[in-house]
Amino acid sequence: MAAEVGGDGGAPKKGKKSGKAHKPKKRPRIDMTPMVDLGFLLLTFFVLTTTMSTPNTMPVVVPPKITEKDKDVEPPKISEDKVITLLVSRGKIYYYTGLKKELKATDFSPKTGIRKVLLEQRAEIEANYGKKDEMIVIIKMMEDAQYRDFVDILDEMAVINQKKYALVDITPEDKEIVEEYQKTIEKNP
Amino acid sequence: MAKFKAKKQNIAIDMTPMVDLAFLLITFFMLTVKFRAPESLEVHVPSSIADTPLPAQDIMVISVAPDATGKGGRVFFGVDSKHTRLAILEKIQERYGYEFDEQEKRLFSILPEIGVPFSQLKSYLNASEAERKRVDKISSIPIDSTNNELKDWILFARYSNPKIRIAIRADEKTPYPVIAQIIETLKDQKVHRFNLITTLEAQPKS
Repeated sequence: MAAEVGGDGGAPKKGKKSGKAHKPKKRPRIDMTPMVDLGFLLLTFFVLTTTMSTPNTMPVVVPPKITEKDKDVEPPKISEDKVITLLVSRGKIYYYTGLKKELKATDFSPKTGIRKVLLEQRAEIEANYGKKDEMIVIIKMMEDAQYRDFVDILDEMAVINQKKYALVDITPEDKEIVEEYQKTIEKNP
Repeated sequence: MAKFKAKKQNIAIDMTPMVDLAFLLITFFMLTVKFRAPESLEVHVPSSIADTPLPAQDIMVISVAPDATGKGGRVFFGVDSKHTRLAILEKIQERYGYEFDEQEKRLFSILPEIGVPFSQLKSYLNASEAERKRVDKISSIPIDSTNNELKDWILFARYSNPKIRIAIRADEKTPYPVIAQIIETLKDQKVHRFNLITTLEAQPKS
């Protein structure tokens, strides 16, 4: 009988009218719990795999190489007080403004690090020129830097919305002043 | 009293709508999910605030990880489509004079990333899977200025698919000179626009 398949209505024999008038109205009930379990297990799996694998990209544009035919072209002249040069080392940034080789050091910490330095410098240049977006950042990566520092510094440019920046090869001169700076720090910490 | 006892039945909740919903969602996710091909080179990419998703098509990925000494880097190369991979292999045959049979071609077309010099490619394709895994842990595409095979990989890939875009998937601990060498290689090929693959981190509030 139908009632027995379901296992649901098997018991009530005493209360209601039993016997021939018992119409098989109740449909058999299937226990769906395992199916639901499996369903949600799969659901969780697919939800996790889809959201976990979404890599993002950071666009980078580098200047073209200077070739033979560009030799005669004068590089554009820029005022030295607009420029800040960052020498990026491992987790550390040495920087100087303009051409004066007074080196200072900072790091990538979000509140006190390079972001603050750049924002202050930008505000100063803005005040001097009365125009926005005048600051030019020159990024020189030092040899002991890691890829992470490279991404971090480009990220900083994106965070403070700095459009004018350039990746420049490091010069022996820059290496020297960093070494000198490190020596003076060792002497008087 | 007896009437109350008769009410002692199990409460059955109708789960049909829930199951319907669950399976609807499963179907949706199953259809939208795209499994990433297992990568030969293990790379831990740095995080950034960049939120542009990586395009799934027409892309070549240059993977970089630091080597055992921590001074140099290991470079792997991969493109997204089978078609492009086969075209690249054709170019390697033409340029370097190696002959690849059908089986080697088939294997090459399903490998997501390659990280061996051209000279070892044939033996790499004939090796067992375990042997390939072992080689993947130490090998690299040469990128020295004297022997820069990455240049050829990029050239062949762009020749095979002119629309292709370039992404660099580098480990955050890769020494910068290796990255500089790769950027230099790209510049030599007149590629001045490329992408760095990163994972998303929250934008700081200013």
